[in-house]
Amino acid sequence: MSDQPSPSPSRRRLLMALPVVAAGGAGVAFWRMLSGMSSGTFNPHDINAPATGKAVPEFERLPDQDPGQGFSSAELRLQTSPVLVNFFASWCIPCIAEMQALLELRNTVPIWGIAYKDKPENASGFIRRAGNPYVKIASDRQGRVAIDWGVSGVPESFLIAPGGGIAWHSAGGLDNSAVRADLSATLKRLSA
Amino acid sequence: MSPELGRFALALACALALAQAVLPLSGAQRRDARLMAVAPGLAIGQLIALAYSFLCLIYAAVTDDFSVSNIAENSAVSKPLLYKITGVWGNHEGSVLLWALILGICGAAVAAFGRNLPTALRARVIGILGGVAAGFELFCLTTSDPFDRIWPAPMDGQGMNPLLQDPGLAFHPPILYTGYVGFAVPFAFAVAALIEGRVDAAWGRWVRPWAVAAWCFLTCGIALGSWWSYYVLGWGGYWFWDPVENASLIPWLSGTALMHSAIVVEKREALKIWTVLLAIGTFSFSLSGTFLVRSGILNSVHAFANDPARGVFILGLLALVIGGSLTLFAWRAPSLTAGGLFSPVSREGMLVLNNILLCSLCAVVLTGTMYPPFMSLLFGKTISVGKPFFDAATVPLALPLFAVMGIAPMMPWKRARMWPVLRRLQAAAIAMLVALAVSLWGLKGVLPVLASAFAVWVIASSVTDIATRIALFREPFSRSLGRLRGLSRSAVGTAIAHAGVGVTVLGLAGMSQAQHRIVEIAVGQTEHLAGYDWTLTDVRTRPGPNYTALAARIEIRRKGRIVAVMHPEKRSFNAQNQTTTEVSIHTNLLSDLYGVIGDQHGDAAHRTYVLRLHYNPLAPWMWLGALVMALGGFLSLSDRRIRIAAPRRIPVGTAHVDAG
Repeated sequence: MSDQPSPSPSRRRLLMALPVVAAGGAGVAFWRMLSGMSSGTFNPHDINAPATGKAVPEFERLPDQDPGQGFSSAELRLQTSPVLVNFFASWCIPCIAEMQALLELRNTVPIWGIAYKDKPENASGFIRRAGNPYVKIASDRQGRVAIDWGVSGVPESFLIAPGGGIAWHSAGGLDNSAVRADLSATLKRLSA
Repeated sequence: MSPELGRFALALACALALAQAVLPLSGAQRRDARLMAVAPGLAIGQLIALAYSFLCLIYAAVTDDFSVSNIAENSAVSKPLLYKITGVWGNHEGSVLLWALILGICGAAVAAFGRNLPTALRARVIGILGGVAAGFELFCLTTSDPFDRIWPAPMDGQGMNPLLQDPGLAFHPPILYTGYVGFAVPFAFAVAALIEGRVDAAWGRWVRPWAVAAWCFLTCGIALGSWWSYYVLGWGGYWFWDPVENASLIPWLSGTALMHSAIVVEKREALKIWTVLLAIGTFSFSLSGTFLVRSGILNSVHAFANDPARGVFILGLLALVIGGSLTLFAWRAPSLTAGGLFSPVSREGMLVLNNILLCSLCAVVLTGTMYPPFMSLLFGKTISVGKPFFDAATVPLALPLFAVMGIAPMMPWKRARMWPVLRRLQAAAIAMLVALAVSLWGLKGVLPVLASAFAVWVIASSVTDIATRIALFREPFSRSLGRLRGLSRSAVGTAIAHAGVGVTVLGLAGMSQAQHRIVEIAVGQTEHLAGYDWTLTDVRTRPGPNYTALAARIEIRRKGRIVAVMHPEKRSFNAQNQTTTEVSIHTNLLSDLYGVIGDQHGDAAHRTYVLRLHYNPLAPWMWLGALVMALGGFLSLSDRRIRIAAPRRIPVGTAHVDAG
């Protein structure tokens, strides 16, 4: 503590100046963040937001999730038409709410599911009960792949353009009609 | 009571605050008694102007004056009266005004209760509070004017976020802000002491009650916020390590450290520089926390209207207040005289350990909160720091803190021996071992077991402390009772507050054993969870004042006997196109049964409902413990020594350093 006999007055002075130096550093950083925010170069809310327009993150083939088959990032890149990748979990209520919308959507775009941090038996039970909108279903038991995708919570959906670029993303359920309208507009643009 | 009068009163308050900053401070410097004497009057005048301004805003809200844009954006005719009033501080502009009002109250409180302070010190403290207030009132007037008008005025307002229409949240901001802003008084004392170049035992005694009072409010405010998220959000969680939550936890941790190190200043005249730094730091954290959240830098689920221009003003203000005080600290603190020495094994030594642990905890939370934006700024990487980091980093620091908490109050000052203290704590240690055995048998996970053992240790040693002081069982009971009456309230307060920590930690350990299940069932079906049978007996639609609700009825039985009937609801608010869940909680104080209704599926013949069922053991203890902590704090505030015996300063004469 500061009240112990200090070694030398100059070191003592230096020590007492530390707080203001630290606060100054933090202040400069905050100022740069703020100016970056107003010029659009810095967005703190980007945290967890996957980069739309970038390529699908690399991942090895994920294990099968009953009743579907797993897949890898390479398989996604090889697709010649858009694919909707949907992260879901049996423990998430919005995922149940979203299911009806997914079952309708599967007629317009193929949906590949990834079960996020879910026990395989729970996930397959969930699909049996709620219906299966998926062409392929992979299991991301530990949620490692989801980190690279920047998934912040389930359900979360990504539209992958042919070639493997992320064309569109929604961090919420697709049961919201506004989100679905946005998705179909993107789909139309991709096919045009 | 028109909005224009309100704005005028705010401008008047700002002018008075500016005078309150300039006149007493220069008076104290020049030893001009007349200039110093204006300080209390100005502080009270500023409070009156602010109170009038605030009443004007409430009046506009209650009378549905939608020509005021703040009211039009956040209120509606159909909103219940209570929420029209509390909605005033439920938005950015109104909450800044509330913030300024509470700061005004603090200034007036120092003016009213600080009569026994030396004139110069009181003038300086009030002056510094006035300077801070002037800055924030200027902020309110120029960038966050709550009285701004719109034309044409809409017929009805946009209404308030239905999540916020809740009695718990209605009173959360005033209590929390009182905690935040209350630390402005220790801050002002610290800056005044730096200007005077003098920190002594008397200073410690003056500062401590203000720090304790602010801490009590902050404790209640944090607990209320956590309770709100538990019963309103319907996730069954109570703390999410969200930046807004952390912003309140950081000053709480450093404020707790301040409260304890001020004791050392008061009793032993040691840790003086450290205490001054803590006082400045705690208020700086309060300020940065409340305002950086609003600038949008921190990524939080709590939405405030973000405006970078506002952020720049705030940052300038923070630079002035925090930067100014820390520069003063760097300049003046080295000349403060060092205090008495003490051995590591002593009350002071234990309090130093307490400070080290609390400040490490504070640093951990600060790092976890600030890491994402700093990583993003410096390396362009986007990451998030969440519960796993905080749990792993805070618990190892918290456990030794609990161990020390049990020992420190019984430790003599200056120089002590460990063994006699530990021997007196035999009973508490046995209680802890019993708790350890019981929780090893009943709880899952290492940390919950350790946490509950230490919680019992903290409670048992607090009881032992009081029992030893009143010589319970060693003297006749009536004599002990008499001793209890004579016991200083601050000692009893300490024991109660420490026991409150134990109760909260027991609650946390219990909650780690919570069970929950999400099910989709039809009416008439039964689900089994945690030894209870949960039967969905009925679901119907019910109209409310400004919503329609889907109301479920769940019967909970244990061994065939009805324990509780729950009525969780899902409310759809038409005005905002938003739904909220109305959680149903049945508590017996030992555990909560917690039910939420989600969506409905299928057609009329095969309708199923999504239910979320929780069994939360000891959940109420978390908030009960916080209440007990605050009660202990308030009790110690009522100590006679704080109220009456005004400590006298020993004149120092030539040693007195004067700045300027």
